[in-house]
Amino acid sequence: MRIKESMGRRVFLAVNAILLGLVGFACLAPMLHVLSCSISDPYTLARVQGFHLWPIAPITFDGYKTVLSYQNIVIGYANTLFYVAAGVGLNLVLTTVAAYVLSQKRFLPGNTIMLFMAFTMLFNGGMIPNYLLIVKMGLIDSRMAIVLPSAFNVFNLVIMRSSFKEIPDALEESARLDGANDMQILWHIIIPVSKATIAVITLFVAVALWNSWFTASIYLTDRSKWPLQLFLREILINNSQRSLDAGVKASALAQQTLVKYCIIIVATVPILCIYPFLQKYFVKGIMIGSIKG
Amino acid sequence: MKWKLLAANYRSNRLLYWMILPVVLFVIIFSYLPMLGLSISFQDYSLTKGIFGSKWIGFENFVDFFNSMYFGRTFRNTIVLSLLNLLFCFPAPIILALMLNEVKNVRYKRLVQTVSYMPHFISMIVVAGLIIEFTNSSGVIASIVKAFGGKATSYIALPQYFRSIFIVSDIWQNIGFNSIIYLAALSGINEELYEAAKIDGAGRFRQMLSVTLPGLMPTIIIMLILSVGTIMNLNFEKVLLLYTPSTYETSDVIMTYVYRIGIIKQKIGYSTAVGLFNSVISLLLVLGANKLSKTYTETSMF
Repeated sequence: MRIKESMGRRVFLAVNAILLGLVGFACLAPMLHVLSCSISDPYTLARVQGFHLWPIAPITFDGYKTVLSYQNIVIGYANTLFYVAAGVGLNLVLTTVAAYVLSQKRFLPGNTIMLFMAFTMLFNGGMIPNYLLIVKMGLIDSRMAIVLPSAFNVFNLVIMRSSFKEIPDALEESARLDGANDMQILWHIIIPVSKATIAVITLFVAVALWNSWFTASIYLTDRSKWPLQLFLREILINNSQRSLDAGVKASALAQQTLVKYCIIIVATVPILCIYPFLQKYFVKGIMIGSIKG
Repeated sequence: MKWKLLAANYRSNRLLYWMILPVVLFVIIFSYLPMLGLSISFQDYSLTKGIFGSKWIGFENFVDFFNSMYFGRTFRNTIVLSLLNLLFCFPAPIILALMLNEVKNVRYKRLVQTVSYMPHFISMIVVAGLIIEFTNSSGVIASIVKAFGGKATSYIALPQYFRSIFIVSDIWQNIGFNSIIYLAALSGINEELYEAAKIDGAGRFRQMLSVTLPGLMPTIIIMLILSVGTIMNLNFEKVLLLYTPSTYETSDVIMTYVYRIGIIKQKIGYSTAVGLFNSVISLLLVLGANKLSKTYTETSMF
């Protein structure tokens, strides 16, 4: 009986491991396909359909050369880097300062203000009133239309505040007795012990801004201010829907397809290189955010 | 009385009040002003006349929406896509977490986790681009169908496939990342409970039913309430990238309709009314789910 059960257990574990391997493979495969296609020979690629987990010889880096000399991609990259840097900076300053104040018991209106903010997570004006606000502020076609509305997020405040509340009061008290003011306590005591939470929020804000496109698409018509994702949309979505099933000349199409794959890689790699290193902090950030929220 | 207390509190904590000011102003401007702006749902709004100059027309915008052909279609599609989402995308990460929890080899577990988080970090534009490429008539899916003797078509251009494509890609995007929270909850279950269950003669499966699932329940319920809250706000950016007029029958949801009618056609008052209808239903759903959960499971968000 004992042996039989452990046999069954072993079969279960093996099947489980194989299924998990398949899940992992399924998550990885589409990007592997894109990566191998981006360095494959474009003319063979156009003829051989299907899934390519391995590049088709002769391997070429022409696609990447074309992409890096593609004016729009360079502009988009620069703009996106600006939006991400500005957004992360503003978010970190506003969130840490607000979270510090709202984690202080001696701040009398703390709970009222927290409620006032939390309500916006349940109900908000929605797309059109937000759009009108930007129109009325005269921010259409301004970079500020992208930077300002994303400068602060209540969800991050909830995470940060819970994390600050866990810090023992004794740590602050001793600094306060030494005559430190609130800004000094925040900077020298609270922030250094909250690096994990700050790292997670930085990552989440940066990823969200790197990938964001919708607000830019409704607020910006000036192409010199477009983030990378809008150029990507033009190349990947608009074009491919227009040319769905269209008989474009084989050679031109082959080159175009190659460039598409390269653009996807160039636009995605920075983020995919960062997240594995911050992985260990995810649990903390997400747990605090949704359970204690 | 209260104001006196507040004034005294301000005098001894001046700096705190000044520190919170920027964020309070931010929330007032970017969250509460647009809420006031919702009043234009009851107006025949014109951009040149503004809120104070436009004519008030009561519920006319709402009535127009309910009587239009778009109401039935967009409402149905919103609900159907969300329910499919709850049915398939919600349990998937729970199952993944349970499976990962059985793996004893830490390095293998870490590897599968890391890889499965990846799709979550890929931008919606790229995901939509991949979906279009994989499902067009010369794409991967078409070539598999052809290999089995079927006829290849552009699946994303056909209304009958839109929902499946939307849901399957959603599972792919979020299964790994959403499993994080369940894994954390699983690691928090007391080992002694398993020992006790074993002594009582419970097999592996029985242990899962009597120890693991009850331990996960609070997390599952909180996540469920949060999901109910997003029913009306399902990922419309993704719909916007994937739909075409040929698939509107199954793909057009309330928020994409708001986008077309408000941003593109600039019917501001009417589209705000449609958006408000959406937000109100959404709010009612969260409050309802929270209340139900409070009554029956003693777990709630607020």
